Amino acid sequence: MKRPDDYDKRGAHLKELSDEQLHQRFWSLVGQLTDPLLATGRENTSPAIERSVLLRMGFSSLEAKAITDMCLERGLLSHGAGHVVYKLSRERQLPLREAGLALSRGELVDEAVALFKEGSK
Amino acid sequence: MSYQLKPDQQIDVREIVKNLDQYRPRRRGWTWRKPAPGLKMGPFTYQDCAEPLKDSVPLPPAHNFDNIDPQPLPVITTEIASGRFEDDIRRMRMAAHHGADHIMVIRTAGQSHMDGLIEGTPQGIGGVAISRKQVRAQRKALDLIEDEVGRPINYHSYVSGVAGPDIAVMFAEEGVNGCHQDPQYNVIYRNINMVRSFVDACESKRLIAWSEMAQIDGAHNANATARDAWKVMPELMVQHAINAQFSLGCGVPRDLICLSTVPPTATPAPCVHIDLPYAVALRELFPGFRMRAQMNTKYIESSTREATVTHVLNMLISKLTSADIQSTITPDEGRNVPWHIYNIEACDTAKQTYVGLDGLMEMVDLKDEGYLRDKARELKERAVLFLEDMIAAGGYFAAVEAGFFVDSGLYPERNGDGIVRRADGGIGAGTVIKRAPDYLAPVTAHYGYNNVAQYDAALADNPAALIGGCTLEKPELIQFIDELDEEDNVHVRMAENEDFRQPGAKQLKPEMEWLADGLVHLNLFYPVEAPLAEAAALETGRRMGLIDCEVISREIMHPREGTRIEMKGHVPFALNVDELVVPKPPETMSEDELRADIEQHPLRVVAGTVGNDEHSVGLREIIDIKHGGIEKYGIEVHYLGTSVPPEKLVGAAVELNADGILASTIISHDNIHYKNIALIDRLAREMGVRDRLIFLSGGTQVTPELAREAGADEGFGRGSKGIHVATALVKKRRERQGQQK
Repeated sequence: MKRPDDYDKRGAHLKELSDEQLHQRFWSLVGQLTDPLLATGRENTSPAIERSVLLRMGFSSLEAKAITDMCLERGLLSHGAGHVVYKLSRERQLPLREAGLALSRGELVDEAVALFKEGSK
Repeated sequence: MSYQLKPDQQIDVREIVKNLDQYRPRRRGWTWRKPAPGLKMGPFTYQDCAEPLKDSVPLPPAHNFDNIDPQPLPVITTEIASGRFEDDIRRMRMAAHHGADHIMVIRTAGQSHMDGLIEGTPQGIGGVAISRKQVRAQRKALDLIEDEVGRPINYHSYVSGVAGPDIAVMFAEEGVNGCHQDPQYNVIYRNINMVRSFVDACESKRLIAWSEMAQIDGAHNANATARDAWKVMPELMVQHAINAQFSLGCGVPRDLICLSTVPPTATPAPCVHIDLPYAVALRELFPGFRMRAQMNTKYIESSTREATVTHVLNMLISKLTSADIQSTITPDEGRNVPWHIYNIEACDTAKQTYVGLDGLMEMVDLKDEGYLRDKARELKERAVLFLEDMIAAGGYFAAVEAGFFVDSGLYPERNGDGIVRRADGGIGAGTVIKRAPDYLAPVTAHYGYNNVAQYDAALADNPAALIGGCTLEKPELIQFIDELDEEDNVHVRMAENEDFRQPGAKQLKPEMEWLADGLVHLNLFYPVEAPLAEAAALETGRRMGLIDCEVISREIMHPREGTRIEMKGHVPFALNVDELVVPKPPETMSEDELRADIEQHPLRVVAGTVGNDEHSVGLREIIDIKHGGIEKYGIEVHYLGTSVPPEKLVGAAVELNADGILASTIISHDNIHYKNIALIDRLAREMGVRDRLIFLSGGTQVTPELAREAGADEGFGRGSKGIHVATALVKKRRERQGQQK
């Protein structure tokens, strides 16, 4: 879009505001822009976020990537990759790290998928 | 015992890269300098300085001021990232001693598009491959360096790209103290999908908040990218605000959210007139946030002098408003990846400017009416209009799709040349996934929906307790990967230049960025037009035996009369350290021995500055008792004054039956100083008195060897003291007496 500088006309409604009112208006508009972004962040995840969760659970970057890729491929990422490892270790009575390493090698994957089927607990 | 730095020895990088799997950072979080209002150093009182360092390299003239080295209040940043982190460690030590306490490491080209962490230590291009091992090595080195200088050093790199959260975790685990994090940077400059960028940024920022890192935004890039940089000022405020507000929402405390703000323009624009109202408006709009004053890079050219002046003007803006972190841009940034010497120059420029401007605001006020106020208000209103328009367009994503950002018009003017990105486009598009109702992440510092309660409602505020703690509580859980590439790693690189490695190197080469790179820098003037001068410089370099010569700067002195060329090249040879002859420092006898000798055998000299030379300060210091001059030891001095003709000096020596002549000369143009030395020697011979006179010459441009060659018995250069001259007089007399016997 091209538009000449119409600041005088477009900004006429701001002229009456005190500096403080102008600052308040600035921050209230910023909040209107960032609130939906923060909400999107709360409700969604991504492979990078899930890898970062697995790193914090004590997996290396290579292991975290393998587990996340598997979760993505098998439609499990929405539950949380860390959750997949956690739930598998609980159900199988395996140490957390062993459960994750198994998944990173492509083992126990079907079992993990089954744990997250509708209705399963 | 663990490795320690020694003040008289180079840092041993071999020790730094050892046992990194066992290294743990000593702290996390950012550190500000400690203010020292009313600091007294030497004869001076400072208003705006910080606590001094334990060990540092002061500014060049400091020897005139008891070697004081006052440190300004803002944290001072230097960016060090040559591609070989092992060589950067040495530069970090130098920079810390010149006053840097924020070391920023730029990432290797392309790292922001890598979907995961880099492991090992591959060589970087235009930056460093940021990996856990590399970060550990540099943090470990900085732990040692900060103990040496006596001030905490903040270590910093980038949390951006498609692996932002991965990197944020690694930084939190490894005690990194500051980072750049701004999803807008991903979107606009790296074409990473905007939804992914913001979703990832939430997680990254939670981790930044947990580890108390200082966070710097990316708004300064709009300034560096826009066609007319000063026209993006309203947009810059919008970009700062979006990242600042978004970060607050993710839990980053206000006082660790730093706005990366650049004075938008540079000379020959009337830059302070344009930049100051913007700086004022920004600080008024963002109370409580921190200002990271970046320097202008948009208009940097290859002249290091010009860049330095721009940067000093930028710091004048910082001083007139405020800066919590003063960034420094190396003055060679316009020509190459920064060299050692220019990091140090940049740190010194910042220190010098701030110390020079100490107490300015005690004397100066910014006007609260007129142009400055009106302009600041106008910029804020333009920024508000920008925000109103974004909301009308449908919010942030819609505005980016409509090309709102980095348009070259001064908002609300639009030139239709903004950067356009699509919400469903870019790298990583389609990888954002909605969290299911049972979504869980059993870790600390996780952002957003997290159904911990399905397993234990009592742990809702402490998800990591589900697994007995994550790496942030239990660092022993961190998996350390050493190297993945057998060829491309630090150990292979270090083995290749081991002969040059300090301490204990057998060989020596000049260096600008990497150990033994052999880089030299030549400054040349040719009395011809630029293209011919450039050709001449390259051929000169070739005939000097330099390899891969490249002109890195050319400046027109006059279109025809001459061109200044700066050129780099590599020397192909190394020197054996054992074969080098280092001149011995001048001998000094003890003060008691000197006094006793002269008391027994009185010594008389005539002294003066010779030729048409009115500089007498140096000679007076050599003579005067109050400066520790030779009179102190009982030597009788007949000072003949300045601009003494050589004939008069020799004549006076004969007339007074003196034992010696002291001739001082500062002016060295056309080698006049050595010509005068030769003339005095000849006159004394013609008069038949040379054998009984000790003839000493001195001056800042005098080198002892050349003075002796010209005919003096000894020469004294810069830094010489009375005791050196007195020692020479007594020794020479003893030598002659020995010969006479």
